[in-house]
Amino acid sequence: MTPQIAVFIVLAAVAVAGAVSLILQRHPIHSALSLIVVMVALAGLYLLQGADFVAAVQIIVYGGAIMVLFIFVIMLLNAGEEERTNSSFMARYVGVPLGIVFTGEVAYWIGRATLHLNPTAAASAVTTSTRDLSTLLFRQYMFPFELTSFLILIALLGALVLARRGDSD
Amino acid sequence: MVPTSYFLVLSAILFGLGVVAFIFKRNILTIFMSIELMLNAVNLAFITFSRALGQLQGQVFVFFVIVVAAAEAAVGLAIIILINRNRGTLNVERVDSLKD
Repeated sequence: MTPQIAVFIVLAAVAVAGAVSLILQRHPIHSALSLIVVMVALAGLYLLQGADFVAAVQIIVYGGAIMVLFIFVIMLLNAGEEERTNSSFMARYVGVPLGIVFTGEVAYWIGRATLHLNPTAAASAVTTSTRDLSTLLFRQYMFPFELTSFLILIALLGALVLARRGDSD
Repeated sequence: MVPTSYFLVLSAILFGLGVVAFIFKRNILTIFMSIELMLNAVNLAFITFSRALGQLQGQVFVFFVIVVAAAEAAVGLAIIILINRNRGTLNVERVDSLKD
């Protein structure tokens, strides 16, 4: 049990606990906070694999912008707890267990299929740095990068048009 | 060194939990959050393979996935606000006027 595996187990347990909590909580604000826990745990897992820039971007953008937007919307819409409607028998006793069984089966087969897929000696000798990532991003993937700025502009305009009051003409 | 399959199994578990949440929750905001959970699970798979193959393209793709998720969250939340304004509810079982 190396320290890395111990850290992995702790972070993985936190991530799965956050995801399960997202499902089990009734109020959407608790689900949003559970999702933030999942995202921070995943950022720790990215750090464990040496992807430090992506880990920082995950916390800043995903946790600090997207989830804050979610929480703002939950606050503005005054979202309350989910009503206690009786979920059908099929949903509660057949559906959810079947979903969990399907998840477990997919996870099992993925685990079995990739047991041998460890980083080769050449691959693990490559130390990834932010400089290498930015060189790749701004040289080889410059066109998709500019396209994402365009995409953000479109999303901005879309959100603006959708959320304004319709009687302003 | 943590084996690659550990990360992939965790990614599959998180994705499956996102799917279960997407199907069985009734609040539209929680459904949207389960979409973000699925995207995060896929990001973990990308980073894992990026390390296993020694390439950086996986991390570049994660960068783009995060950007697209941000844009999608903005537009999706605007749509949710509109739905709440027009229907008065956040329960997806009540938004069924297209049903016969």
